[in-house]
Formats: sequence, C-alpha cells, structure tokens
Amino acid sequence: MRLKVDRVQFYYEARKVLDEISFEAGEGEFIGLIGPNGSGKTTLLKIIDGILRPKVGSVYLDCKRISELDPKELARELAIVPQTADLSFDLKVFDVVMMGRYPYLRKLSLEREIDEEKVRFWMKLTNTLHLAERSIKEISGGERQRVLIARALAQEPRILLLDEPTSNLDVCYQIEIMNLLKELVEKLGLTIICAIHDLNLAARYSDKIILINGGKIKGIGRPIEVLTKENLRDVFKIEAKIEYDQDSKSLTIIPIKTIGQELEERRSILSKALERG
Amino acid sequence: MSGESQEILEARLGEIGLLKRRLLRWRAVLTYLAIGLCLTIIAATAIGPVYIPPAEIISIILHKLGLRVGGFSEPHMKIILQLRLPRILLGILVGMALSVAGAIMQGLFRNPLAGPYVLGVSSGASLGAALSITFLPAFMGVYTTPLAAFMGGLTAIILVYNIVKLCGRFTVGSLLLAGIAVTYLFSATLSIIIWTLSRDAHTILLWIMGGLWGADWLKVEVITPIILTLILITFIFSKDLNALLLGEETAQSIGVNVKLVEKLLPILASLITSAAVSFAGAIGFIGLMMPHIMRMIVGPDHRILIPSSALAGGIFLVWADAAARCLLELPVGVITALAGTPFFIYLLRRRRP
Repeated sequence: MRLKVDRVQFYYEARKVLDEISFEAGEGEFIGLIGPNGSGKTTLLKIIDGILRPKVGSVYLDCKRISELDPKELARELAIVPQTADLSFDLKVFDVVMMGRYPYLRKLSLEREIDEEKVRFWMKLTNTLHLAERSIKEISGGERQRVLIARALAQEPRILLLDEPTSNLDVCYQIEIMNLLKELVEKLGLTIICAIHDLNLAARYSDKIILINGGKIKGIGRPIEVLTKENLRDVFKIEAKIEYDQDSKSLTIIPIKTIGQELEERRSILSKALERG
Repeated sequence: MSGESQEILEARLGEIGLLKRRLLRWRAVLTYLAIGLCLTIIAATAIGPVYIPPAEIISIILHKLGLRVGGFSEPHMKIILQLRLPRILLGILVGMALSVAGAIMQGLFRNPLAGPYVLGVSSGASLGAALSITFLPAFMGVYTTPLAAFMGGLTAIILVYNIVKLCGRFTVGSLLLAGIAVTYLFSATLSIIIWTLSRDAHTILLWIMGGLWGADWLKVEVITPIILTLILITFIFSKDLNALLLGEETAQSIGVNVKLVEKLLPILASLITSAAVSFAGAIGFIGLMMPHIMRMIVGPDHRILIPSSALAGGIFLVWADAAARCLLELPVGVITALAGTPFFIYLLRRRRP
C-alpha cells in the first residue's frame, strides 16, 4: 500500500478532532472524503500532508513514517490543494505555480528551463496559462482555485490531497477539473484523496468513499456501499432519494428534506419569528 | 478571454521564456541600481562645505587603488579619504542593512508595515547607548557607545525569544507581540534614565535620532564584513521567504522548513539591524520604506527584492546624509523621516485604483 493512515488521533487544545482514523490508499485510487462541516476532513488532510502532527498514531508512505522524511522529499511525494490560500503580496500567477517546483530545486539555484516547461504544461491543463502574468490577488475565486491545483500538480506528487477543490468553480469547470483528476488517477496511477461537499460529484468520481463524522470513520467502501439512505440520515440528517443514473453511470443523490430534532427546533424558531413579524 | 487573443498571448509567451524574461529584468534592475550607487558615491563625495570636482575625486580614488590618472590637491585628498568617503561608505552599509532587514521582516510577517525594529532592536540599542553615555563615557574610547548599543540590541532579541518561549508555542505573531512588549519596556527605562540620571540628555537624543557623524575607516572595516555576511546568509533563504508569502501551511507542504526559517530569520535580520544601529543610531523609516518601494517596482520575489532593496537603501541613505550635512548637520534620521513621509503618501495614493 502506498499510503497508510494508522490509528490517528488529533486534538485542538483539549477537543478531540480525530479519533482512531485508519485507512489505506493505493496506486491509482480516487478516494472521496465526505462528512458534514466540522467533521475533521481538513484536519485529516493536513495530517496526511504532514502539516499537522497527530497526537497518537502515524501516517506511513511506502511503509515509512512521513515524520521521518525530509520536508522536500515529502513534498515530491505528497501535495495538497488547500481550501483557502493566504495571499498577502502581489505574486504573479506564474510565480505561484512555480513554487510547486521548490522541492526540486536547491537553496540558491534558479528555476531551470525544464521547470518552466512543466509549469506551462500544468497551467495549460488547468486552463490558467493565460493568467500567467496577472497578480494572484486580482483573479477570480475560481481562477485562483485552478491556479492552486496547478501549483500542487507542478510538484508532480504521487499522492494529491484536495480540500474542496470545486467549491468556487462553475459547473463546467467542476466537471472539467474532476475529469482531469480522474484521468491523472487512471493514466498516471496518481492517488487522490479529495474532501468534497458535493455528494453527487463524490459518488461519480470516487473509487472509494470515506465518510467521517465527529472525527470518526462512519463508513468506508465503494460509493454504493457508503452512500446509503441510513448513512445520509445518520450523518447528514437528510432524507434523500438515491438513484442510479444511466447517463453518468453513477449514483445520484437528491436531498428531499432535513430531519432531526435540532433542525426542527431551528425551523420552529424561524416560524415563530415570522408569526410575530 | 477569447480564443484568438489567448492564442496570441500564448505565442508571445512562447517566444521567450518567462523565466528568461524575468532574469533579464532582474539583471537590468540590478545594473541600474549598481550604476546609481557608483554615481551616488562620486556625487555625494563632491558635495560639502568645500566642493571637489568629480574628476578629481575619481583620480583620488584611482590613486588610492594604485593608478595615476589626472591631478589633485593634497588637502582635497585628505577631505575625501579621511572625512567624506568613510562616512559615505558607512551610510551605504547602514542603508543596505536597514533596508534588507526591513524586507525580511515584511516578508516573514507578511505585513508591509513590519520593519527592522519589530523585535525591539532600536529601543534596546538606544538603551544600551544611553547607559554607556551616562555611566561609562570612555570605557573603550569612541567605541564604547557602539558596543553598548550592539549589546542592547542583542539583549532585546534574546529577551523577545525568551518571552515567546516562556509563553509556549512559537509563532511569528507572538514574536511580534513580544517585540512590542520589549520595545515599550526599553523605551520606558530609557525615559527614566534620561529624566533622572543623565546630564547628557542632549547627546543621548542626538544618538537616538541617528546620524553618521564620526565615521572613520575602522568603523567601516568592522561593520562591512558583519553586514555583508549576514545579508548573504539571509539571501540564501529568499526562496523560502517567497514560499511563506503563500502562508505557513502551503510553505511547509512544498517542503520549506518553516520552523527553522521563522526562528532563524528574525534573529539574522535583527543582528543586521543591531550592527547598523550601533554605529549610526536608530535611523527611522528607511527600513520600512525602501523594501516597500522596491516591492512596487520589482515585485515581492525576495531573490530580487533583497539585493535591490540593499542597493536602493544604500543610495537613499547617502543622499539623505548629504542633505543632512548641508542643512546645519541635522541628524540623518530626521531627514529620512522628513523626506520619506511625503514620498510614502504619494506612493500610496498612486497605488489606489
């Protein structure tokens, strides 16, 4: 197995965020990570990438603990596309993507021609090359998301972690980016772990889905095994219709209504307020 | 963007590599600044109570380097070599030091308002200088005050890091807060000393405002290797500083040793600052302004920002000092602030869309 997450626990201060998370990911596998807001998806991705260190448990890459790898070596194996990027200065888009070549360069050496070729290649594939000389601050949210994906791909990792990569994209780019990722998984044997809110995209593109809630794994397996009415009810508190769609050859999930006591209470607060005007 | 214009753009991008174009631009910027620095040295040496023509200055400098070209008078040679040149070289080094330290701090804190003094180096050095002026006027001759100021700056750095350590987790944010705390502590102590103990308040204030008086070759010889070596060491980390502009987590995920960079670079920048401040006093504004201006011109990449800020800072301080010399020997710190303020406001206005 390429990647192994072994009994990982993580705390922010005293609050337990992840509890006994274990799973494996192999070559050419697209894993969808789903779960409600605050379930620990982002934290889990950061732990796999080595940005955060688990309190208990470890992450192994080819049977080696990632905490024992040199940071640059790790960056050549694993890349992450964060949900938000800290952008305080006017870097050019080209320079941001070029940062992905950092793990391949020595301290004082300038980027080589081969680095520019690779950067151009990934920018073309994510349709960001025309933005090359623009400032990262002045492009749109969707453009920025594609730039961040290009930067992560420029690292040429074997494992790519993505945190809500489609949240700012229009529907055309959502499909285009997901198709691109899927193709990289199938043709290059890339391993992808992708946190995603859109259950339909998760169902359509994932080979395996990990459902987490409250920092615990609630289900792991093929989309059809995890995306069940019971799981959606327990975890997302929704009543949903699940169908198999012939055209996209995947499950489609149509939320019908919300359930659960808290939600009922919130709804009654609203209706009372409306009555009072 | 329409398909056609995108094709044209790509063709244009294809003609000459972006990397190559960037390299050419960097080379041009550095060449202009280097020429500017040379012209500055000659022009600023010419200016003073006695005007000495540039041609004579060049032949004096060449004579000193062992070449005999043109003629010059002995007294002029003395003025140039013993008075003006060391002062100008000291000005260049101090200007370089403060600008580079400012550029590093602004990059590290991802804040264009950070400057070389964020860790309290200026107040530490000022306190050290005040203590030496008040209590040990001539312990080591004219080098007492610079040495005490340097120790003061060092004390500030050590204190800041220990406060952060005491409070637990290391972040650049806590470094900033601890720096503010130490700055206030030292400023308060300084005020007490000036108010109650010192009969040399005037001397102390003059020192704090910053000036390049009393520059001599020995000072230049002491400060040159320290400042140039430290600048070179920080330059090695310029790619790491670039990565930090994308945030700590992103930097770490592309392989930057963020902890090392965030702990080491504030120390290096503050050491550069201490070295500069100990000989020239707490000259203000230049460390905030020069990297800011250069970032507007060359962009935020530290591989060009650090060397170009260094050159521009050197040029600027020499001219500020030339102005100070001509205006009744004002402290140069006053000039940098006076000249800097309107220029800064102009730049900020221009930046608004």
